[in-house]
Amino acid sequence: MGTFHQDIEAAIPALRRYARALTRDGETADDLVQDTLVRALRSEHLFHGGDVRSWLYTILTNLNRNRLRSLARRPTLTPIGDDDAPDSAGPEAGGRDIERALALLVEEQRTALLLVVLEGLTYREVAEIQGVPIGTVMSRLARARVQIKAYLDGERPALRRIK
Amino acid sequence: MVDRNSPVTEDELHVYVDGELPADRREAVELWLASHPEDAARVAAWRAQAEAIRARYGSVVNEPVPDRLTLDRIMRNRRSWGAIAAAVAIVAFVVGGIAGWMARGAAAAAPSELEMFANEAISAHRLYIGEVRHPIEVRAEEQHLLPWLSRRVGTTLRAPDLSTFDLKLLGGRLLPGINAPAALFMYESGSGERITIYVSRTTEPRTSFRYKISDAFGALRWSEGGYGWVVTGPNDKPRLKAIAERMYEQLDLRTPSPSRSSAGQLISRRGS
Repeated sequence: MGTFHQDIEAAIPALRRYARALTRDGETADDLVQDTLVRALRSEHLFHGGDVRSWLYTILTNLNRNRLRSLARRPTLTPIGDDDAPDSAGPEAGGRDIERALALLVEEQRTALLLVVLEGLTYREVAEIQGVPIGTVMSRLARARVQIKAYLDGERPALRRIK
Repeated sequence: MVDRNSPVTEDELHVYVDGELPADRREAVELWLASHPEDAARVAAWRAQAEAIRARYGSVVNEPVPDRLTLDRIMRNRRSWGAIAAAVAIVAFVVGGIAGWMARGAAAAAPSELEMFANEAISAHRLYIGEVRHPIEVRAEEQHLLPWLSRRVGTTLRAPDLSTFDLKLLGGRLLPGINAPAALFMYESGSGERITIYVSRTTEPRTSFRYKISDAFGALRWSEGGYGWVVTGPNDKPRLKAIAERMYEQLDLRTPSPSRSSAGQLISRRGS
């Protein structure tokens, strides 16, 4: 069990990175990571070997999806927390652009893209995490890239629609 | 045998960019790109995207991990899973709003029910806090205040204890509400500052905290379990947020459970 905990501990920085890019908000991201860790420890008995890291990414991805789904309506009031300190990574123009571009993607596409390019997972791993065939992962990646390119090229596509 | 000259598909370009293409095909893709500038430009753009993403978020792994995310800290609390689950639920609830804001995009033009709620609450606040002699209908000391408002509003109401904010319950009143009767509780601080809590039934799904400013007033509202809540007071967001969290914490723990006290501690630690 020692290694199980060590493996989890070792994954925390990467989980934070993934969550930060997924949510583009430091506090929300760390809350997601905390929730992920709590669940991982609670479900320790359900873990029958395999890659701990992938398993943690799966939990975090699912939690994030639940979180987004539970937000049924989008009221127009100011969100609480908008006066939180800006990301320490610094809002240089390029960073803001990619951030906005990511924000335009639907959740599945953003997840697939981040797992591949930021977390360095293989298509197969991402397919397992998302619970879809590899072909679906590839089409998500392709659509994500087309949209980001369009955004960065100066088009302002219609904001994502609710399916 | 792989045909080195077969046309390169778009899928292959992605696989190539992501470093998953078998070596024997990689060379073919590179040759293809040399003679297909449009594809080469796309590949370059995708690579630049990946670079930008890594440049933006890659450094997060070098940040010190906050205490609350260390495994030790989380394991220490393992005995009180219920407490943690409660805290996590609240955390998720509170942060949900931020995500909602980020995920917005198809924001509805019509004001939501909860938004109308907030307006009602602010109007009531504005009207009644100015009343010197009759700010409330029934005083806190009167035993029937809560049973009465609970019956009219349709749920068991408890007036949150806000003494940590130097706020004492003055009493409450019944209001027409939007769809159903609403209760308005008024609190007063030692210095005379007044805060109101507005609650009524709503069809709005559960939402996170939202803040609205109206002149000198600030209102924080949310909905949960079929009821909408609005806390209104002087426009001081951190303070109203802290009050709302304290309220939420007390209301959420309405159902007594063995882990109640530890959950309370957990949440207040987090909120501090």
